[in-house]
Formats: sequence, structure tokens, C-alpha cells
Amino acid sequence: MVSTPALTEPPARTADAAPPPGRSRRHSPALAGWAYAAPTALFVALFFVLPILLVARMSASDWGLFAGDRGWNAPDNFTRAVDDRLFWPAVWFTLRYTAVTTVLLLALGLGLALLVQESSRWTGLLRTSFLVPSALGLASASLLFYALYSPQSSPLNAPLRAAGVTDTAVSFLGTPGSALWSTVALIVWRFAGFYMLLLLVGLQGISGDVYEAARLDGAGRLQTFRHITLPLLRSSLALCTILCVTGSLLAFDQFYILTKGGPDNSTVTIVQLVYTMAFQGQNDLGRAAALSILVLAALLVINALQFRGLRGKED
Amino acid sequence: MSRLALRTPQHVLAGGLAVIFLLPLVWAAFASVSPQAGTAQTSGWGLGNYETLARYQAGVGRYLLNSVAVSGMTVVFTLTVALLGGYAFAMFAFPGRNALFLLTLAILMVPYATLLIPLYVLLNDLGLQNSLVGLALVLTMFQLPFAVFMMRISFEAVPRELRESALVDGCGNFRALRHVLLPAVRPGLVTVGLFAFLAAWNDFITPLVLISDSDRFPLPLAVANMRQQVMGIVDYGATEAGVVVLALPCIVLFLVLQRHYVRGFMSGALKG
Repeated sequence: MVSTPALTEPPARTADAAPPPGRSRRHSPALAGWAYAAPTALFVALFFVLPILLVARMSASDWGLFAGDRGWNAPDNFTRAVDDRLFWPAVWFTLRYTAVTTVLLLALGLGLALLVQESSRWTGLLRTSFLVPSALGLASASLLFYALYSPQSSPLNAPLRAAGVTDTAVSFLGTPGSALWSTVALIVWRFAGFYMLLLLVGLQGISGDVYEAARLDGAGRLQTFRHITLPLLRSSLALCTILCVTGSLLAFDQFYILTKGGPDNSTVTIVQLVYTMAFQGQNDLGRAAALSILVLAALLVINALQFRGLRGKED
Repeated sequence: MSRLALRTPQHVLAGGLAVIFLLPLVWAAFASVSPQAGTAQTSGWGLGNYETLARYQAGVGRYLLNSVAVSGMTVVFTLTVALLGGYAFAMFAFPGRNALFLLTLAILMVPYATLLIPLYVLLNDLGLQNSLVGLALVLTMFQLPFAVFMMRISFEAVPRELRESALVDGCGNFRALRHVLLPAVRPGLVTVGLFAFLAAWNDFITPLVLISDSDRFPLPLAVANMRQQVMGIVDYGATEAGVVVLALPCIVLFLVLQRHYVRGFMSGALKG
């Protein structure tokens, strides 16, 4: 492979060798690096940094959906966003929904992961079955459950009636309580496999020797789970908690499709309120921008607290 | 032997749960072709609901085409940007490298809604309002944290000697990427492409905010809107048919590329 550089130097630059032009590619890795990173930088600058700056400006301006910028009005948008009659109900509902979803998804995800922990053809098939719903879009899954819950086409009514639970058609989305739990059921179905997979990765990271040692020490199944599996799974559980809390705090699709925030605005989430302020009726982009910045701030604080809490316990 | 006996109830429980997880999908497929009052398929089995779907406003073909176009563009944009970006972050030292990488990952921490409100205004200014290209560009941005991260670790997993020997043999950076490194990072590209496709195909809130011309709706928006059409009476049969059309490509891709799908999640899990 030893040859003079002159001979191995490729012939004249062809079009496909374009990006880091000329000789600089050899002499300046910094320039070449920037050339390859340029598309990423362009996307980040144009569609991420610029919007962040713009949303900050909008939140301090009287900015209508059709009227556009009508000048500075800080901090009116923030006070009017918080004063909206649906603000506190939406905050409270979103927190409640997040708590319920996170507890249920983590418990079920862990349960499923333990059930299919060992590798065999049978458990492989089971894992796939639990994971298939995760391949669906959240909107598609919500539309599926919308039909599943409908009084006309629901296949759930007959068995419930037969079991004597009810003698009329069940109203899955008709009351505030049933609307919440029906949506939670959809989310658990859609995401349980995903959390199972993440926890399965964690479980497989635990060495078999540790279990063997525990068995030799005479630990029972419950003891092993409580004193070995759970502590060693902490970082995986922490990751799942953060993902689940973040996802639930920002819930939108499922409520937009299933409940439209009803009945009686009882299932309006905070992101739905942002959307309503901006695009439905109120057409007030400034106020929606202000609320969306509050959501961002709350999310950063909650995630920082979670990181600290979950990290702290680790040592 | 006793260990095996202990497992049997566990297996039965897991099998039962698996059936429960699959039932809604199976039901949707059956319900979309079975007879049902208030739908186009009132007696006997058949494709009446799919005909309703096909005739809805601009026709299902139009919405499918929109979805395919947006997903295709998002996949191409994401693969191109992430391939070059991953190469840059993994193989070159340049000023601002860490700052740009962290800034790219920071996209994950900002809610969609916070970005979509200014993007709605910004795309108008760029003349990309109501445009499928604009939609694909925004969806690409949302994909970048995962895609760039994934391609960076893919390039970092390639032995350094492979690139160095290509450079010694006289390849330029770009030829080394194209002829030597590209085959080595192909699994990473498949994972990134798969996730970009699924995200673009399924995204709901982004087109809801950015696209107002109903002829340019992607399929999820069209199916969701279809429910409110006929004087408030919902045609559940057509909804079920829509769900099947939406879900089928995702499930097929998932089953065919399951290994790549799982690897995508693993990389996230290991990082956390």
C-alpha cells in the first residue's frame, strides 16, 4: 500500500467530491467539519433558534392570528394567559393525568418486562405483540379507540352487558371521570410495550451472577425483586419516568381526537389550551406564545427536579 | 422440572395479555369490512367503508399522496442532514462542535407547541405557509436530535483505521464517507430513516397547525376531520377503514424492520 502521494492523489475533482472544496480538506479539519455540520447548523438556526427568539418576542407583543404584530404589550399576555378561566383547571387536569398515566405505565411496563424477561421463541412472540401498538401513530390509535368507544360500533357493550356490569350502552367518554380513564386506557395500550422494551434493556444489564448469589443466600423471589432487581433498575426506571412525565404533560393528540376537551371542558390539557388560544376562536398568538413559554419553563423545572431527585438517590 | 411448572401460570398470563394487546387491532380490521348500521356497509361483508373513504372530499388517494410526499421528503432531508452532521461530529474537531451538538439535542426539551406557534408565523414569512415542503422541513427539525445522535454514535463505532487508511490511500473526506464509511453506518441509516418515516407519517399536531388548506392535509388529519362531516353523525365504519389504512404501513414496517426499531430505542435507553 506504500506509494507516493502524487500517484494516489485522485484525478481532478469531480462533482461528487464537492463539499469541502480544494486542498483545504487536507489541511483544515475545522473547515471540513463545519462544511459537513453546515446543514445541521442551518436547520437548527432556522427552525429552532429563530423560532425560540420569535416566540419570546410574540409573548411580549399584541400579536393576532390574522392581524399580526400590533406592538409591545408585556406582560399582558402572561397575566391574561394565567387569568383564563380554563388555566387552572387545565393545569390541575394535566397534572392528574400525568400522575395516573406515569404510575400505570411504569407498573405495567415493568410487569410485562418481567414476564418476557427470558429469551425464547415464545417470549419473542409475546414481546412483539406488546410492541405492535407502539408502531401506530398516537393519532391513529386515538381514532381506533374513538370507534372502539362509540355507542354505535363498540364491541365492548355486549360483554359488559352479559357480565351484568351495565344494562344500557356504556358512555365511555360521556362523564369527566370516564373520559379520563378511557383516555388513560388508550395511552396504556399504546405505550406499555415501549416502556417494557426500555425496562427490558435495563433488566438484561443485570448480571446473572447477582441473582445466583442471592439464590445461594436463600433469597426468595419477592426479596430478590425488592432488594436486587429494583435498585439495579433505578436508572432505567428514572429514564422511563422522565419520558412518561414529559410526554403526559404535553398530551394533545389523544384528547383532541377522543374528547375535544369535553365533557364540559373537564379534559382540557395545557397544550390544548395553547392551541385553542392560538387557533380556535381566540386567535391570539401573543397569549398562546406566553402560555407556551410558561409550559416550557415548567417542563424545564420539573425535569431538573426529576434529574436531581432520581440522581440523588442513586449514590 | 419444578421451575418449569412454576412458569406455566406466568406464560398463560402473558399469553392472555398479548391477546388483549392485539385485539383492538384485529377488531379494527374486522369492523372495517363487517356490516354495521350507519355506515356504507350495512349488510354483508365488503369494502363499502373503504369506498366512503375513497370518495371523502378530495379522495383518500389525495391524502395518501400528501402523506407519502411529506414522509418521503422528511426521510430524505433527515438522512442527508444527519449523515453529514453525524460524520462531522464524530470525525472532525471544529470550533463550536460541542455547542452545536448540545443545541441540536436541546430540540428534545422544547414542547412542539412552543415551536409551532412561531413557526406558523415564520413559514408565512418564508412563503412556505400551507406547504408540504415547509411541513417536511419542520418535521425534519423535530427528528434531528435523535437522527444526529444516532448517526454520530454509528460513525464513532466504525474503527478509526478504516477512515485513516482510506485517507492515506488518497481518498478525500467525501470519498472516504461515500465509499468506505457509508456501508459501515448503513444499519444506523436504516434506523434513522425508519423513525423519520414513522414520525412524519403519524404526526398530527404539526400539520394541524401548519396546514389549513384541506386539500393538502396528510391522512391522519383527513381521517380525524372526516368524523365531523355528515351533519354531526359520525360514520364509524369509514373511521375504522381510515385507521386500517393509517396503521397498515406502520405495522408492516415494524414487523419487517423490528431489529432496527428496537436498536433505536436501545441507543436512547443506554444513553439515559
